[in-house]
Amino acid sequence: MWGLCKGSGSTPYRTVVDLTGPAYKCSCPSRKFPCKHALGLLLLWARRGAGDPVAAPDWAAEWLAGRTARAERRTAGPVDAEAARKRAERRAGRVGAGVAELERRLSDVLSGGLAGQERSGYAGWEETAARMVDAQAPGLASRVRELGAIPGCGAGWPARMLEEFALLHLLDRAWLGVSGLPEPLAATVRSRVGLPQPAEGEAVGDQWLVLAQYDSVSADGRLTTRRTWLWGLGSGRPALVLDFGPPGRPPELALPVGLALEAEIRFRPGSAGLRGDLGDRTVTAAVPGVPEGVSTGEALAAYGAALREDPWLESWPVVLGPVIPIPGEAGDGAWQIADVEGTSALPVTLAQGRSRSGLWQLAALSGGGPVTVFGECGHRGFTPLTAWDPHTAEPVALG
Amino acid sequence: MNDIDQAGGTTTADGDAERHGERDWEDLVATALLGTERRGGSPQALLGAAALRTVRRRAGLRPAEAAHRPRPAPRDPRPAPPRAARRRLAQLLAGRTAANNGGGRRGAAPDLTELLPQWLAAAGRHGYRAPEALVPALLDAARARTDLRPQALALAGARGLWLARMNPDWRFALRGAAGGGGGLPDPADGPAVERLWEEGLFAERVALLGIVRAHDAGAATRLLTTTWPTERAEDRLMFLDSLRTGLSPADEPFLEAALADRSRNVRATAAELLSALPGSALAGRMARRALACVGPGAVEPPAECDAGMLRDGVVKRPPAGRGERAWWLGQLVEAAPLSCWPERFGGLDPAGIVALPVPGGWAEELHAAWCRAAVRQRDPQWSKALLGPASAPPAAGPGTASLAERAKLLETLPEGERADWVAEFVRAHGLSEAFQLLGVCRVPWAGALGRAVVEALDAAREAGSYPWSFSGVMGLAERCLDPAEASRLEALTTLGEDHQDTEASQDTSPGAAAYWSEAFQRLVATLRLRAAMLAELAPPPDVPPGPWS
Repeated sequence: MWGLCKGSGSTPYRTVVDLTGPAYKCSCPSRKFPCKHALGLLLLWARRGAGDPVAAPDWAAEWLAGRTARAERRTAGPVDAEAARKRAERRAGRVGAGVAELERRLSDVLSGGLAGQERSGYAGWEETAARMVDAQAPGLASRVRELGAIPGCGAGWPARMLEEFALLHLLDRAWLGVSGLPEPLAATVRSRVGLPQPAEGEAVGDQWLVLAQYDSVSADGRLTTRRTWLWGLGSGRPALVLDFGPPGRPPELALPVGLALEAEIRFRPGSAGLRGDLGDRTVTAAVPGVPEGVSTGEALAAYGAALREDPWLESWPVVLGPVIPIPGEAGDGAWQIADVEGTSALPVTLAQGRSRSGLWQLAALSGGGPVTVFGECGHRGFTPLTAWDPHTAEPVALG
Repeated sequence: MNDIDQAGGTTTADGDAERHGERDWEDLVATALLGTERRGGSPQALLGAAALRTVRRRAGLRPAEAAHRPRPAPRDPRPAPPRAARRRLAQLLAGRTAANNGGGRRGAAPDLTELLPQWLAAAGRHGYRAPEALVPALLDAARARTDLRPQALALAGARGLWLARMNPDWRFALRGAAGGGGGLPDPADGPAVERLWEEGLFAERVALLGIVRAHDAGAATRLLTTTWPTERAEDRLMFLDSLRTGLSPADEPFLEAALADRSRNVRATAAELLSALPGSALAGRMARRALACVGPGAVEPPAECDAGMLRDGVVKRPPAGRGERAWWLGQLVEAAPLSCWPERFGGLDPAGIVALPVPGGWAEELHAAWCRAAVRQRDPQWSKALLGPASAPPAAGPGTASLAERAKLLETLPEGERADWVAEFVRAHGLSEAFQLLGVCRVPWAGALGRAVVEALDAAREAGSYPWSFSGVMGLAERCLDPAEASRLEALTTLGEDHQDTEASQDTSPGAAAYWSEAFQRLVATLRLRAAMLAELAPPPDVPPGPWS
């Protein structure tokens, strides 16, 4: 079924609807799908039925033909299993070559010494990163790209650089032996290297509490990543849902902190079981009350335990509490979050894209008294994301 | 096991194994820095050892030693605003930052920035505290806009000061903090008051002086006297200035002594304060001097500025372009109590006196001085006489044609009379001159005043004026009109058939009708928003507001 719709432009919009799908196609620039023109066409059809059958114009016929061809190719799937296996093998071979090249590069740099890195800057690592993209290992590529920034981040950079080298080396070695690794770990290695993950995994149905949601923009400004932290109220399990948006368009998933969703989350294999995809959901209600928190020591122990499953893990989600935030000297010094009892504290670190104003909000909520705070606890410290108002027990998204 | 990262500071290593591990790692870093070619060993072995160490270190992290915990903030006994109001404040504060990025022409959406002061004032009237989570944003807003500071800081209260002590960006809050500061002693507690007065920061001392003064005016000036000679001139000026609120005859001895101060500004301020006390000795001296110069049918300005006048705060040198004698006359009349004139003019009332012809071309000088005196002494009768009838053309008024000075005179009138006078003015002269006068009227505007403004706006639209010529008054109306007017205004938001077909196409400005409609839409939307905002702030009827509500 097709139609022309007069819009504000000089040429009318060309709208086609395939009722077998249903599928839609329209020449309008709208990002809504189906667009209003296709909907209008459907409404006309529903009210009056289609007009007399006429030959579809070329532009409509072309699209329909394309759809049919694609559908046929899809049904031919099983025959292609062999081809898919071959493709995977070819890719594994390419990644292997990339890994070998990366190992050579790391060795070269280390035999000459890191001292030269302060001068050589980004360019060398950008080039290596590009080689990893060619080798179809985007996970390696992004790790390599970040190496270039390390010499510029102040005292202690050689130690940080060596750590990152060491973790890359560990990943390279793990990839080379991936066939001998037990399954969850092998999946972790594959996803860290950057191989596409099959969407199948353990599905957990639960009431999921939204603990935090925040965006970060990639260094080149091209991609916005929205991280949503969820907490299974029944399963006691954390889940990280990622959503992405191109420049100028925020990611779509918008969930206010404190909301509870009845939903099924399909966890991706590997990566310590954090990454998941959110299925169909119904909002139940805001969940009142403050969650039970752990001490700083327990938080670090939880991170340490998660490293057993994924040694490349940067941080682990924890609810700390009751704790007291300690602002840094003169406002811009190092902040800490300390247990109410005892002398233990975690240094506060700001994850990429997070501002200091969230820290001041946390201090304001605490007023020097105990609070409960959710955040990411990692080897560099704790990033606070959400705190519960001690008076109202309402969650407050920080920052 | 290791201490967390370098930022953590102290080490919690216990046992040889760990110290050994630490040295191990440092060894590896040194080798990596210099290169295996120089230090020996293979790069692959170095990478392997480093990988082991890195993961082991991360897996075995332990907390750092806690730094000194901040002293808890004093408890704020005021209730938090209701939930909807808290959310509204968050929106208004977020709108503040968004508005800075935007710019360009205003659409039909309300301007949230301008509603912030009203929210703060209304919340203050209800006796709420600021929601803790929003205190940082509130302090940021107050930092950017000094007009918000008194109300923002009052709402932020003890929690705001507690935060401001830790963040240099908010230091202004410590300077300006008056009252509500938490740490102030009971004004009756003599030793505590004296200690803070001797040792406190300037802001604390100003606040202390305020509460002591409210408790016992004599005690406040006694306190000031104890340290007066050692205070810096600018501090003396500020302390003196703070006596302006609650000025009473009890302050006279102290002010009289301050007339002999080293600093000229302090002397002038003391004289000004004394002249606002009609019963003071200075006012009496000024009255004698002024009465000698001005009488029915004769004005004879002083021939010289003697030592007595100088001591009473008269400034000898006139500003460039003004005659000495006129300058002195103005100062004498300004400082003389207005109550001395009716007798001098044979029992006439202020209106009668102001209406008299003034000989010798001194009319302007004399009337201007009376205006300043009426403002300083807050005398509504004289203010009304000097303002004249609102319907008369501004230039024909007896007192002053200056809108700024008329606004000051209006401020001395009771609120009702003020609104009536301005409403009359708007009906007679339209809106183009009314901005400053409207600015001193109580918010929300009284019914008659609101109707006068709306009718004048409608008349301006009918006349085909551009709405942006009235953007100042429009903005003011958005903030000040009674929200109850919204429904009556609704009719003006439509374009109107006749406008589009006849006038708009012929004699009115093209496009103006649409702009007017948009401006009225924004006006209505803002009024609605204000009504919602105020309703949200009302405490819930059933539950009495407790500190944890």
